[in-house]
Amino acid sequence: MSFHVSLSEGGESAEGGFHAPGPGSFELPPVFHVADFGVTKPMLLLILSAVLILAFTIAASGKRQLVPGRLQFAGEAVYGFVRNTLARDNIGSEHYMKFVPYLFSLFMFILVNNYYGIIPFLQFSSFSRIGFVIPLAIISWFVYIGTGVWKHGLFGYLKHATMPSGVSGPILLLLVPLEFFSNILVRPVTLTLRLFGNMFAGHLLLILFATGGAALLTSGNLLYGGVGILSFALGIGVSFLEMLVMFLQAYVFTLLSSMYIGEALADEH
Amino acid sequence: MNTAIQAAEEAHNPLVPVVSEIVLALIVFAILFFAIKKFVVPNFEKTFAERTQAIEGGLSAAESKQAEADAKLAELEKQLADARHEAARIREEAREQGAQIVSEMRESAQAEATRIVEHGKTQIEAERQQAVTSLRAEVGTLATGLAGRIVGESLDDEARQSRVVERFLAELESDGSTTTGSGVN
Repeated sequence: MSFHVSLSEGGESAEGGFHAPGPGSFELPPVFHVADFGVTKPMLLLILSAVLILAFTIAASGKRQLVPGRLQFAGEAVYGFVRNTLARDNIGSEHYMKFVPYLFSLFMFILVNNYYGIIPFLQFSSFSRIGFVIPLAIISWFVYIGTGVWKHGLFGYLKHATMPSGVSGPILLLLVPLEFFSNILVRPVTLTLRLFGNMFAGHLLLILFATGGAALLTSGNLLYGGVGILSFALGIGVSFLEMLVMFLQAYVFTLLSSMYIGEALADEH
Repeated sequence: MNTAIQAAEEAHNPLVPVVSEIVLALIVFAILFFAIKKFVVPNFEKTFAERTQAIEGGLSAAESKQAEADAKLAELEKQLADARHEAARIREEAREQGAQIVSEMRESAQAEATRIVEHGKTQIEAERQQAVTSLRAEVGTLATGLAGRIVGESLDDEARQSRVVERFLAELESDGSTTTGSGVN
């Protein structure tokens, strides 16, 4: 096989001007300009997501029937899932209601923005732009640190977060910086990278299978055409995988946020 | 950073955030959060609470109904037992009364029978007495008549006649008590 695609360069291959997807595929040109500011598709999608979520949740929660209709049932199912499974089970039944609005907003926000990636014509997960993920991770960071400080006081929380119970002596010299690093510094970074990386890679994979398949099919070579069809088939498979990943990432981000809050509230850990 | 959007696409590192996107995400998420906190969560919570209340209310209503039914059943059973008891008591009383009546009747019949027997006895005694008296008179007449004929002696004299009869009867009685006693009884 002499055909090869250079992914890293994002450049042109030898055959027929195939433009391999790369980081550049995420730099969309502005759709329109407001004054001098370029408004891009991900920005519009992000705003659209808030509109969609509010339309859905307000419509679903507004009727307040004891025996719910379809819409209300769907809303209650999602809300109940976040409220009971994510918030209450991790934070504890005493304080969890304070965090339900945040966790529910977070879950819906990530979920809708992720699923943009497989909706025809939209086809772009907002959170494959790291700039959208960082604020969410920082808010979660502030929320759980703030909760810990509110519960234990500033130094109490620092002690709570960095000193594992039942450990004493010189080993603390090693453990305290490690715990501080992992519990306080690294968490927002991993939250960000996990969500961003999954969405980025997923989108890249989908583009690769789609555009690569198209390029192979139109190459004129019968053998390449066969591989192109295979590529499309794989693309469909990857789409289903992505649907799972999109849900899982919304779930994991919310789950970890509530776990961090629960840990900050815990008396001993 | 803004220049990065408009500049050559390849040059931008995907790990470097665009500031305008951070600001936008913060604003959008803040709006979303406050709207959900204000309009969505209270409604859902109210619905949940109402539903819980409705279910618990239904349960407690069913419980009170059940208790009521149980009480009614117990009351009816008690009434039934009372009625059974009452019936048994009445039956027992009737039996006693019947036995009493029967014994009373028996007693009175017995008394009546005794009375009748007594009456009969006295009547018989009286009649016997009467028979004895009349016999005594007749026997006297017959005997004197007979004796007169046999003896040929008129015993017209009343006094003598009766004296003779008396003597005869006395004799008759005195050995009659040994020989003819069974005949009298």
